[in-house]
Amino acid sequence: MLRLDAVTVSFGERTALDAVDLEVAEHDTVCVLGPSGSGKSTLLRVVAGLQEVHSGRVLLSGQDQTGVPPHRRGVGLMFQDHQLFPQRDVAGNVGFGPRTHGMGRAEADRRVAELLDLVGLPGAGRRAVTALSGGEQQRVALARALAPEPRLLMLDEPLGQLDRGLRERLVVELRGLFRRLGTTVLAVTHDHGEAFALADRVVVMERGRIAQAGTPLEVWQRPASAFVARFLGFDNITPATVDGGTADTAWGKLPVPDDIPQGGGQVLVRPGGVLLREPREGLRCTVEARTFRGGDASTVTVLLRPDAGPPLEAACTLRDAPQEGAEVGVVFDPREVVALGDPHGAPDAAHTPAPRTAGPGQGPLVRPGPGDGGAVSPEAAP
Amino acid sequence: MDVARREVVDRDAAARDLPDSPEGPVPPGVPDGPAAPARPSAAADRRGGGGTGVRLALMAVPAAFFALFFGYPVAAIVFRGLHEGGRWQSGRIAQVLGDPDILQVLWFTLWQAAASTALTLALALPGAYVFARFDFPGKRLLRAVVTVPFVLPTVVVGSAFLALAGRGGALDVWFGMRLDTSVWAILLAHVFFNYAVVVRTVGSLWSQLDPRQEEAARVLGAGRFTAWRRITLPALAPSVAAAALIVFLFTFTSFGVIQVLGGPRYATLEVEIYRQTATLLDLPTAAVLTLTQLVAVAALLAVHAWALRRRESALSLVPAEYTARRPAGPGQWTTVATVLGVMLVLTVVPLLVLVQRALDGPDGYGLAFFRALGARSDSATFVVAPVEAIGNSLAYAAVATAIALVVGGLAAAALTRRAGRLVRGFDALLMLPLGTSAVTVGFGFLVALDEPPLDLRSSWILVPLAQALVGVPFVIRTMLPVLRAVDVRLREAAAVLGASPLRAWREVDFPLVRRALLVAAGFAFTVSLGEFGATVFIARPDAPTLPVAVARMLGRAGEAHYGQAMALSTLLMLVCAGVLLALERVRTDGRREL
Amino acid sequence: MKKHARRAAAATTAVLTLAVLATACGGSDDSADSKTVTLVTHDSFAVSKSVLKDFEKRSGYKVEVLRGGDAGAAVNQAVLNKGNPQGDVFFGVDNTLLSRPLDKGVFAPYEAEGLAKVPERLQADPEKHRVTPVDTGDVCVNYDRRWFADKKLDPPRTLQDLAKPRYKDLLVTEDAANSSPGLAFLLASVAEFGEDGWQDYWKKLRANGAEVAGSWEQAYNDRFSGSREGKGKGDKPLVVSYASSPPAEVMGEKNPPEQAPTGVAKGTCFRQTEYAGLLRGAKNTEGGQALLDFLLSKRFQEDLPLKMFVNPVREDARLPELFTKYGETVDDPATVAPRKIAEHREQWIKTWTSLAVK
Repeated sequence: MLRLDAVTVSFGERTALDAVDLEVAEHDTVCVLGPSGSGKSTLLRVVAGLQEVHSGRVLLSGQDQTGVPPHRRGVGLMFQDHQLFPQRDVAGNVGFGPRTHGMGRAEADRRVAELLDLVGLPGAGRRAVTALSGGEQQRVALARALAPEPRLLMLDEPLGQLDRGLRERLVVELRGLFRRLGTTVLAVTHDHGEAFALADRVVVMERGRIAQAGTPLEVWQRPASAFVARFLGFDNITPATVDGGTADTAWGKLPVPDDIPQGGGQVLVRPGGVLLREPREGLRCTVEARTFRGGDASTVTVLLRPDAGPPLEAACTLRDAPQEGAEVGVVFDPREVVALGDPHGAPDAAHTPAPRTAGPGQGPLVRPGPGDGGAVSPEAAP
Repeated sequence: MDVARREVVDRDAAARDLPDSPEGPVPPGVPDGPAAPARPSAAADRRGGGGTGVRLALMAVPAAFFALFFGYPVAAIVFRGLHEGGRWQSGRIAQVLGDPDILQVLWFTLWQAAASTALTLALALPGAYVFARFDFPGKRLLRAVVTVPFVLPTVVVGSAFLALAGRGGALDVWFGMRLDTSVWAILLAHVFFNYAVVVRTVGSLWSQLDPRQEEAARVLGAGRFTAWRRITLPALAPSVAAAALIVFLFTFTSFGVIQVLGGPRYATLEVEIYRQTATLLDLPTAAVLTLTQLVAVAALLAVHAWALRRRESALSLVPAEYTARRPAGPGQWTTVATVLGVMLVLTVVPLLVLVQRALDGPDGYGLAFFRALGARSDSATFVVAPVEAIGNSLAYAAVATAIALVVGGLAAAALTRRAGRLVRGFDALLMLPLGTSAVTVGFGFLVALDEPPLDLRSSWILVPLAQALVGVPFVIRTMLPVLRAVDVRLREAAAVLGASPLRAWREVDFPLVRRALLVAAGFAFTVSLGEFGATVFIARPDAPTLPVAVARMLGRAGEAHYGQAMALSTLLMLVCAGVLLALERVRTDGRREL
Repeated sequence: MKKHARRAAAATTAVLTLAVLATACGGSDDSADSKTVTLVTHDSFAVSKSVLKDFEKRSGYKVEVLRGGDAGAAVNQAVLNKGNPQGDVFFGVDNTLLSRPLDKGVFAPYEAEGLAKVPERLQADPEKHRVTPVDTGDVCVNYDRRWFADKKLDPPRTLQDLAKPRYKDLLVTEDAANSSPGLAFLLASVAEFGEDGWQDYWKKLRANGAEVAGSWEQAYNDRFSGSREGKGKGDKPLVVSYASSPPAEVMGEKNPPEQAPTGVAKGTCFRQTEYAGLLRGAKNTEGGQALLDFLLSKRFQEDLPLKMFVNPVREDARLPELFTKYGETVDDPATVAPRKIAEHREQWIKTWTSLAVK
């Protein structure tokens, strides 16, 4: 459906996209995930034709789009802040695309009604867009983007400005909608919770390059680099030398799973793998802070200052959480230890959708991360 | 409006002010951020080569128009002056510019223009504020009325103004002030004349500025004035600068007002050029003065462009009807009443005097003079058939407005995307006619457009062409700030939805700038309607316009002529006020229709 | 629907623009038509429609009138277009400006029919007949009858009178640099006191409180107390205007008074004579000649006074009753030879400005 071949865009000195290759298959929902400045919005603008490419190609349905202006590309783009036309009412906004594509007035009206039903705003056609709430604007923007039946729908921070409850509900709705319509979707977001909930595949970007691509589960379970891991909210990262079943780290010797590559590198211990014990047992730590995360599992994140090595985060239930200032011992669960690749040597697997094999028995142990989007757990994504 | 609606509007506005994401060279939405180019320019830069082609194509029509009907005629008459007798008269430059009389004219021209502009801004900005932020009964009518002086021929303005500030005038009766012999008469007449320029150019933007922005600043601890100065003023700056520029240009090149009120003591460069050209036919001196004026105006435009370049930014605009409210509390009522009072004395009283004189017939008050206008045109009294003059005026003004809108609209569209020096230069170039003596252009036409196929000397089209030359800068000045303030991503949204650039302009930019376009059309139309200077210097087929008819009647002795001149002026006022009121209507209906 | 309307509007605009340009370009060819004769003149030219129609019917020519600003501007435009004129006949150059077009060779000779009826002293170019006199007008000091009656003061008669103490602060005149009557009044003083004597006169006049207004309109309509039956609120009972101003004051009155409200100081007058001429390079010489004949015809000459408030040059032309009843005949107006005016004008105006204004 969509293919990017070594697309490079630079603004003066700065490279916004650095030889990016990307592929989105028909009916797939792909989420580009990255922090501010990673180039993800530029990526969308390139595909839409709003941004010129300095080298490389964009192909849609196999056709090179070089020189094709935005209005002839047949893609939809939902802007971060909607960009609804303020002088038109809701129907005028939604009907804009069909009409530019030469649809008759009556047919366009039908289509508008249909889409407003679809996004849950039946009969809102005559309302002024300036009189809508944020969530309603979002829905109108979505309906407008869908109305011309684009072959590829792109969403720029689709849920960025909504409050949390609405966002969680909309994610589910959107996913169902895209599935039903069979729409091909390319979305960008900085919120991994949103990305994991929405996407069939996620692509993590770092400074104009693709740091990792894969299914949400893969990326969650096996971050390809320290950057990806940290972006997903994991901070227990340390250099390590793996020798057989153990890794030598600043926190001492850690047990590691069997498939971990031998030699020097970095390892990540997910907070769930940091198990709290009596002070005498394992690595001795002081509890510096505890943060209640809420949710069904009543998770608490505990920040620990070990006697040796960098701070550690542990996740435990409210019942098991120690008080601040308490002394605890820490042992590590090898199933939660992950080896991280070299940040730029990470496999650029964006266009090889075949998932890398996950370690046996790791699935069930995946836990919600400590980040803001943690409430949407990867388990929700099939 | 209801609170909920206002909040939503604000949220939207706030969202738009957020940087879309910092990956492009996108500046923060701080207006005075260091070297912060506005978002649209960044987007334009990214667009690269394609845009330049479009821009050049859009510029072709206005460029040709200006080259043919401005550049060429002015160059021809200047050339004729400086190349008199087959050789260059370069010695004349130093000779003319060394003449103490000329130097005095230059000095007076400069300082009275500066003083008039300052005075106009000081008196009219409060008016723009009141119009933008308050609702009060009769607002629409008043807005139309204050624009009327702008379209009245200067002979009439002078006469009306003497009725205000002269012997036995309103100020004399009320305050014992007589200004007709002092330079104050000129300055105040310039205020009277240009009040509407400020109220309309600044007011139309002001009324669309989100008041919540100022409120946000107040919440952040800024006092009322500080909030205005730090938030509203920077946002208004481009339009204030544009208004100031136009007022300055008008007063710098003031002709009629000076002739009527200045007496023999005060002369502007424009008056001097007229004298040298039309009376003395001293073309070399006229050429030197014309060049001097062009250089001065070009320098002014350059400074203006430079000062403006970093000031403009994407604004958060809201529909005007959300921002105006009824004055509340004695403080606001006092403000509104004071401002409106000044406005009334300055602009409405002189107009009322005109009406009073038109009604003050030989047999007491009545419509005698108006009835006389309707009499058969061959009855000896008439110089011009009044009905015919009204028809001519409307026809000329309509054609001139069409030309000005096409030329100015294309130019504004081309200039929307800011880029290189070439474009900025073009921008300034289009303003030059405002700063060029009408007699220079008129005589230039005569000298330059005298060979087929362009022997337009005796064609009626010269009149609307000359009027359009003056109208185009208005169209551009009014539309450009608003066009540039349109968020470029709305255009992108339209493009992604399948709209070609032309269609995107028509369906996105156009509706948003409709107001500005209508204001521009109104200005162009009324300027054409009242335009007297340029057209009067062109020998043209005899189709006198209202101002010409008024001037001819005023030039005759006798109560009948004077009364009929006043009656015609009143008709001109009514026609203008009618057109302007109609425009006000369209402006407010616009939203409902879309 | 709306879309179509917009498209239609756009199309209309485009078509309109093209049409306008086409008409404009085509329109200029009209003057080449041998059945059209074009008169180039100033803004004050006027003629009764019926009179003009008559000429068109009799001669078979259609008359097109082009107007180009005030008299000075119109003359200068004709000078600039010398050899490639806009029309066939120019009307409206007076004796204060005559030298310039004559010297530049703007006019071609033609002896108009009816010239025999014109007094010889008005013929500025008696040998070649490059210009034909058409009308005369006298610039004189006007006075407000009622004001002088109220004050029991005799109105002034001569230029000398105006400098007398009893007429202190009563006169308003116009800027000689920008106003035609203003210049005429200056020339009257030159004629009266000589090239070396007028300066002293103006010093006295200034000392006697003579005011200078920027234009005739301001002086007459706003400063003069006698205009519009005193409605003008002016406070100056003496103004430099025309000998034809008193009849103009009465014109259009339903109940005409016995006497005009204003009078003329006959010893203060300067005579302006307006000329017409065949333009050199005219496309329709024959038509132009016919038009010149028409300007001197009795019909036109008798139409002149009420249309342009000037006097006919034909001795046999009858003046309208308005003029004979309310106007005054100036017997011995001052004049200055056009050549002399051309030579000294600039210097005189400069000197005058420093004496009377600064």
